[in-house]
Amino acid sequence: MSSNELMIEVKDLTKSYGPIRALDGVSFEVRAGEVLGFLGPNGAGKTTTMKILTCFIAPTEGQVLVGGMDIYKDPLEIRRNVGYLPENAPLYPDMLVSEYLDFAGVIRGMSGADRKVAADRVIGQCGLDEVVYQEIRTLSKGFRQRAGLAQAMLHNPRILILDEPTSGLDPNQIVEIRGLIKNIGKEHTVILSTHHLAEVQATAGRVVIINKGKRVADGTPRELEQQRGGALYEVVLRKPADGADEIPAVFEQIDGVEAVEKMEGADDELVFVVTGHAETDVRSDIFRAVVDKGWVLLGLVRKQVDLEEIFRSLTVVDAGKGVE
Amino acid sequence: MGAMLAIWRREFRSYFNSPVAYFVITVFLALVGIMFFIPFFAQDRVSMRSFFSLVPFLFVFFAPAITMRLIAEERRSGTLELLITMPVRDVDVILGKYAAALSLLVVALLLTLPYAITISFFGPLDWGPVWGGYLGLLFMGAAFVAIGLMTSSWTENQIVAFMVALFISMMFLMVDRFIVFLPNSLAPWGEYLSFTSHFSNAARGMIDSRDVIFFLSFVLLCLFLAFRSLESRRWR
Repeated sequence: MSSNELMIEVKDLTKSYGPIRALDGVSFEVRAGEVLGFLGPNGAGKTTTMKILTCFIAPTEGQVLVGGMDIYKDPLEIRRNVGYLPENAPLYPDMLVSEYLDFAGVIRGMSGADRKVAADRVIGQCGLDEVVYQEIRTLSKGFRQRAGLAQAMLHNPRILILDEPTSGLDPNQIVEIRGLIKNIGKEHTVILSTHHLAEVQATAGRVVIINKGKRVADGTPRELEQQRGGALYEVVLRKPADGADEIPAVFEQIDGVEAVEKMEGADDELVFVVTGHAETDVRSDIFRAVVDKGWVLLGLVRKQVDLEEIFRSLTVVDAGKGVE
Repeated sequence: MGAMLAIWRREFRSYFNSPVAYFVITVFLALVGIMFFIPFFAQDRVSMRSFFSLVPFLFVFFAPAITMRLIAEERRSGTLELLITMPVRDVDVILGKYAAALSLLVVALLLTLPYAITISFFGPLDWGPVWGGYLGLLFMGAAFVAIGLMTSSWTENQIVAFMVALFISMMFLMVDRFIVFLPNSLAPWGEYLSFTSHFSNAARGMIDSRDVIFFLSFVLLCLFLAFRSLESRRWR
């Protein structure tokens, strides 16, 4: 298996639920050995995409290949090669963890000896030793999520699809599960969906951001920061006696400034957020402009736009620019 | 096939992992016992006839009670998604669950055999109609379980699944009694669709292949509809 092999190919994927378009022409690819973070606000279409990839539902339009196989022609073969953890890890509550893993093994056609070996392996990997003989209904959210992960990894699948693997966990559990996913990602191709950016930065090599059923970005976190990112300057001025209205126009004339917005500030202060290019630094120009006009500068901070802000700018289109 | 057997085993064991199976079977046996033996001692004949006219009415409640959970609950809790995204065919899911519910019904039926054995001590019991009746009950039970599985596949709500199954089962059991109210042209259909009329031969000890074919095709139709309903998730 070459490391460049395409594991998942999605082309023009569209899914309508009646009049609602959950997915609208989404395309992306995942290569072997990659960890892809699938990012979007709630209701963006992440779960729908995952349900299509695992052949639970069929798309309205589009072509989907998983492990080189078509979702229409080989759904069973795809499921053999995929491990899936649906949102909230829906496992049978009346079964013991050991029973559930054995049940999954039988369904996956593993022999008794293989099931034992595989179960022991995933129990170790997922840290389930202390709850193996516990009923799933009695498990904490963290252990349930780990049991779901164990179930998905049981047959050592080439592809792992994890829908919000850390939702509802406490901060310690989140760190644990992320570490686990990072480890799994060394040997498997992983797609994980999330609405937490930190998750992607901690685990994923590449990010696909979708919003309202459309893909809005695709790349490594670093690439996205270079393409989409810029620099933000927070400028705080003492409120001048008059001429306050011309301030944004003055800043906009500076070379390298793209936009200026007025924010809320204290009574006698004015706060502006100035957006500029990532490569340039216009702090000196802002300072000079302020001095020329005789205003008083109280604060000036430059910061690089990070993934979090890129995500916000891409997904809060309707809320108006910057005002949120 | 392996997947179907795994689902069968899981479902059957899950009945006994919760109080459902114990409760439902106990109530069933108690009701049969009371309703069968009280009149039995009032008559001076050793016969299971009243048993065989009684059990179908209890089945109408018993079968939906054990089937209502099968698919509805999995839909509601989301476990269906995990099950179906394993390498199983929808048909394995339907057949495995059907087999599990039918097995529980058979267990309940077998547990009534001591009643027959008990009354055989009171006098000579003609075992022909008894075996025929049991076989007939098995077929009718199979049809009720299929109805229950079908309605369970239609909804996420167990109570709805139960009520609808109860209603459909009751209709098919009693339709021959409504024949007088039906237009003449529909009367033969009412007669043909009635479970009771197909059961009556068996309860007299005669197994007619037409009755067997009726119940089997009824079961297949219900399972097919359940299959379609499970499959329809893909296109909605």
